[in-house]
Amino acid sequence: MANWIPLWVHKLGSPPIFYRFAGAVRPWALALAALLGAVALYGGLVLAPQDRYQHDAYRIIFIHVPCAWMSLFIYGAMAVASFVALVWRVKLAEVVAMESAPIGAAFTFVTLVTGSLWGKPMWGTWWTWDARLTSELVLLFLYLGVIGLYHAFEDRRQGARAAAFLALIGIVNVPIVHFSVNWWNTLHQGSTVRILGPSKISGDMLWPLLTMMVATKCYYLASLCGRVRADLLELEGGKDWVRRIAEAEERA
Amino acid sequence: MNGFFAMGGYAAYVWPAYAVFLLVLAADFLSPALRRRRILRELRARLARQARRQRAPAPGSLPSER
Repeated sequence: MANWIPLWVHKLGSPPIFYRFAGAVRPWALALAALLGAVALYGGLVLAPQDRYQHDAYRIIFIHVPCAWMSLFIYGAMAVASFVALVWRVKLAEVVAMESAPIGAAFTFVTLVTGSLWGKPMWGTWWTWDARLTSELVLLFLYLGVIGLYHAFEDRRQGARAAAFLALIGIVNVPIVHFSVNWWNTLHQGSTVRILGPSKISGDMLWPLLTMMVATKCYYLASLCGRVRADLLELEGGKDWVRRIAEAEERA
Repeated sequence: MNGFFAMGGYAAYVWPAYAVFLLVLAADFLSPALRRRRILRELRARLARQARRQRAPAPGSLPSER
């Protein structure tokens, strides 16, 4: 590979080194996620004032919106890892892409369920075939398609490459989900929080939302580390380093 | 405190949403730990089988192989 890539990147691509690295990162990421998540829940459920029109029902926003952001963010991460896996045939990139899919599917599922629970009291319906809701449902199916395709092959690496290809094609759905509220006339409201320009939400509601966003990012990192570690043990089952871990755990 | 749990009459929507969030993430976090245990157990069983085979010849093998 190119010379400009520092050596530690190559080293981190090696399964035993990444296994140890992920094991060191995981508890910190989980602790940070739990701490920030608890602060965000306290801020969102207790400190934030009632909404003028939606009263307390709006408090679903503090999990619905961060989960929706994560459903798109993880899809992006999965697509980048898939691209690396397809172009450079990096085993670790395949594992990262394939282990991101169940986490992304979990967040997409939570987004749809919490959205439904919010829609019933506010819109009067659990579900409507509106552009935002439908494209988010398609996102869930894309995640499930990637997971299913991965497991449909006898050879794990062959399955990972086929599923990575599907993940790359499915990336077209991500901007559709994001811009659906602008492109179509939807029942779902437009973006409230903006990166460019001022957000249309008051500060005491905004900070729990952003804290929860960081917490879910940390959670993704922690969950991904655990999943990648398990997957590497399975893929490298015949290697010496995995054998040593298995024997060490038996003695413990 | 009762007012907090009542969520202004929207308790039936707010609390299930939070419950789904926490339960799904807990399940997502526990599943790789269970998988890891199963993988290592199977690997140890395979290693033990290999070790036995090396110590004693297989029962069906020919005398010349012993």
